[in-house]
Amino acid sequence: MYRIRFHGRGGQGMKTASRVLGTAFFLQGYEVQDAPRYGAERRGAPIFAYVRADRSPINERGVIRCPDLAVVADDSLVPIPAAGVLPGLDGHSLLLINSHDSAATWKQRLNLAGPVLILPTPEETADRAELPYVGAACAGAAARLIGAVSRECLEQAIREELGHLGQVVVGKNLERALAAYDGMAADAGAVSETKDAPATDWRAPAWVDMSFETTGASAPTIHASDTSKQMQTGLWRTMRPVVDYDHCNRCWWVCSTFCPDGAIAVTEEGQPQIDYDHCKGCLICVTQCPPHAIEAIPEYLAVARDDAEGVS
Amino acid sequence: MKCNLLTGNGAAAWGARLARIDYVPAFPITPQTEIIESLAAWIDAGAMDGRLVTLESEHSMITAAGAAAATGVRVFSATSSQGLLYAMEMLYTVAGWRAPFVLVNVSRGLSAPITLEADHNDILAARDSGFLQLHCATCQEVLDTVLLAYRLAEDKQVRLPVLVNLDGFYLSFTREPVEIPSQEQVDRFLPAFDAGDLKFRASVPESQAVAVLGGAPYSYFRYQTQLAACNALTAYECIAEEFAALFGRRHEAIEAYRCEGAEYLFLMMGSFATKAKAAVDQLRSAGWWIGLLRPRLLRPFPAALFKQMLGGRRAVAVIDQNLSVGAGGVLHTEVAAALYGQSDAPPVLASFVGGLGGRDIAPEEFFQMAQVIRQAAETGEALPPRLLYTETELRETRKLQAIARAERLDLGEGP
Repeated sequence: MYRIRFHGRGGQGMKTASRVLGTAFFLQGYEVQDAPRYGAERRGAPIFAYVRADRSPINERGVIRCPDLAVVADDSLVPIPAAGVLPGLDGHSLLLINSHDSAATWKQRLNLAGPVLILPTPEETADRAELPYVGAACAGAAARLIGAVSRECLEQAIREELGHLGQVVVGKNLERALAAYDGMAADAGAVSETKDAPATDWRAPAWVDMSFETTGASAPTIHASDTSKQMQTGLWRTMRPVVDYDHCNRCWWVCSTFCPDGAIAVTEEGQPQIDYDHCKGCLICVTQCPPHAIEAIPEYLAVARDDAEGVS
Repeated sequence: MKCNLLTGNGAAAWGARLARIDYVPAFPITPQTEIIESLAAWIDAGAMDGRLVTLESEHSMITAAGAAAATGVRVFSATSSQGLLYAMEMLYTVAGWRAPFVLVNVSRGLSAPITLEADHNDILAARDSGFLQLHCATCQEVLDTVLLAYRLAEDKQVRLPVLVNLDGFYLSFTREPVEIPSQEQVDRFLPAFDAGDLKFRASVPESQAVAVLGGAPYSYFRYQTQLAACNALTAYECIAEEFAALFGRRHEAIEAYRCEGAEYLFLMMGSFATKAKAAVDQLRSAGWWIGLLRPRLLRPFPAALFKQMLGGRRAVAVIDQNLSVGAGGVLHTEVAAALYGQSDAPPVLASFVGGLGGRDIAPEEFFQMAQVIRQAAETGEALPPRLLYTETELRETRKLQAIARAERLDLGEGP
């Protein structure tokens, strides 16, 4: 059985990628199962989708624990534990990352046993949640790396899955998917499928006998704001609002009042301070600021700049 | 016949469309909403007839469904989890009206704490309501079961509403190959609703819910519902047989997978049962005599079939994806009751509770359950109920609890 996981952010088309690949496999004559898995159903938040394909009916269900291929549409997700890119990758798993960095850099950075390949992005956008056709590129590249899906089936799958969006959209997606398919020619068939684990020698699950605890611990109660603080919703951000303090007129309230997440505090001196751990990048502050003193910059550029300046 | 990739929700919508439903009262809830959205889009585009009305709650939705069914039209609706519970009062009421229609439930664990993922406590909360229950394990089965459910509900020996269950996420949002039968084929299997004496009409005063004082009339009506539900056992067998003859797919009341010569059995409901099938295949390859029993029909409860299918086995692992708080797994309790007093009942009928709130059940957990029941059969030791929950999971939960503890300390409330 082939087991493929697609990781991306809401808006990057990972569900579509899984459906295109699923349909391509299906047209190729495979039994298929594909599904998206959402957490926070929000643009920019990490989501993943998965595809199983086999020659016989598929009984396995749910999240793929050990993928043969993991495709990452946005390299900023790789280090985020909540995105779940790395769990289950072993020596046989191929990791395909849409990134400007090299495969060698990623392999060293992640200390991975398995192979890493790069999906080159022909263009970058300011807002990564709007990366154009990245889902199609991921599906196309995956199809070629698997090796069992023909160019014709991929093409047909895109027409079937995206036909309702009109010819222009289909055309653009076809162009991008087929380019990615052709671009992976050197590594065609690099993905190896795995057999189901046999019932001869298995690691016994470490089941526990749960014991009683009083409601202070065992009721699902949130007592204060620590839980929200620890939930770093800033990771969902693809665009970062940055205050230009030379132009900020110290109005004391507009940006902080409009912020739907309470992520902007105002100092005694009237300076707005954005809490980037929790700013989701909705950019309402950018539109509301009367003197236009808040600018939106691509998050990946902001991160690169922070790294260069040693800001954590 | 056309084969497509469809989600469980898509398959449910196709079932309703092919059943030529007349009326859909609707209220949205995740993970069911896609069913109603699909039907709304088709009706809007003129791809199917029928009228879809959004109601202000599930309580009203089921009231409208029952009232419409009592006029003799074919009614479909769908809900999930909290929505099904919100409608609970009316589930009992419309079943008491003997109004036949089909309600799809997309299983989702109940609050609190709130979740989006599947377990069966929602649908099992409705098990005493008078609705019949059919549980699906694949997307194909969802489509087929909606059709079967109409035949069962409308059968003159039955005349009760039917709940069709599919698991949230694991089926609702998962695409699988599904054969969509042609309208002509479905029309042959499921002709127009012969409503008979159902003739509730606007402006013609009639009460669907007569008040009875004194236990005798009440007992009569309730027990008639029980007899009708029990009639559904035979009716289901005939309908499933007819379905198999027409469509080539057999949906028996209890699916028996590789049970021939099996000394050991897994017994469970819903989509996780396909995981058990995969485990059975691996265990059989490793020399085990093991199989799977999966009840599709839960209400009426196929007790006689269970007695027959379980008789003579060495050990059975009942895996409940539900928890009757203060008692344990519901299926285990019901199967144990069915086996009471039977001389060749399996000496080991072990209870495992797993998959709560969509918690996965890993292949090695199935292997281990097989090992545990085999060992109990060999040694004669009694097995306590077992929650499928690992040290790693407890450790992860402890991390969350540590945050809560820190919060309590911040508030000066002690540990």
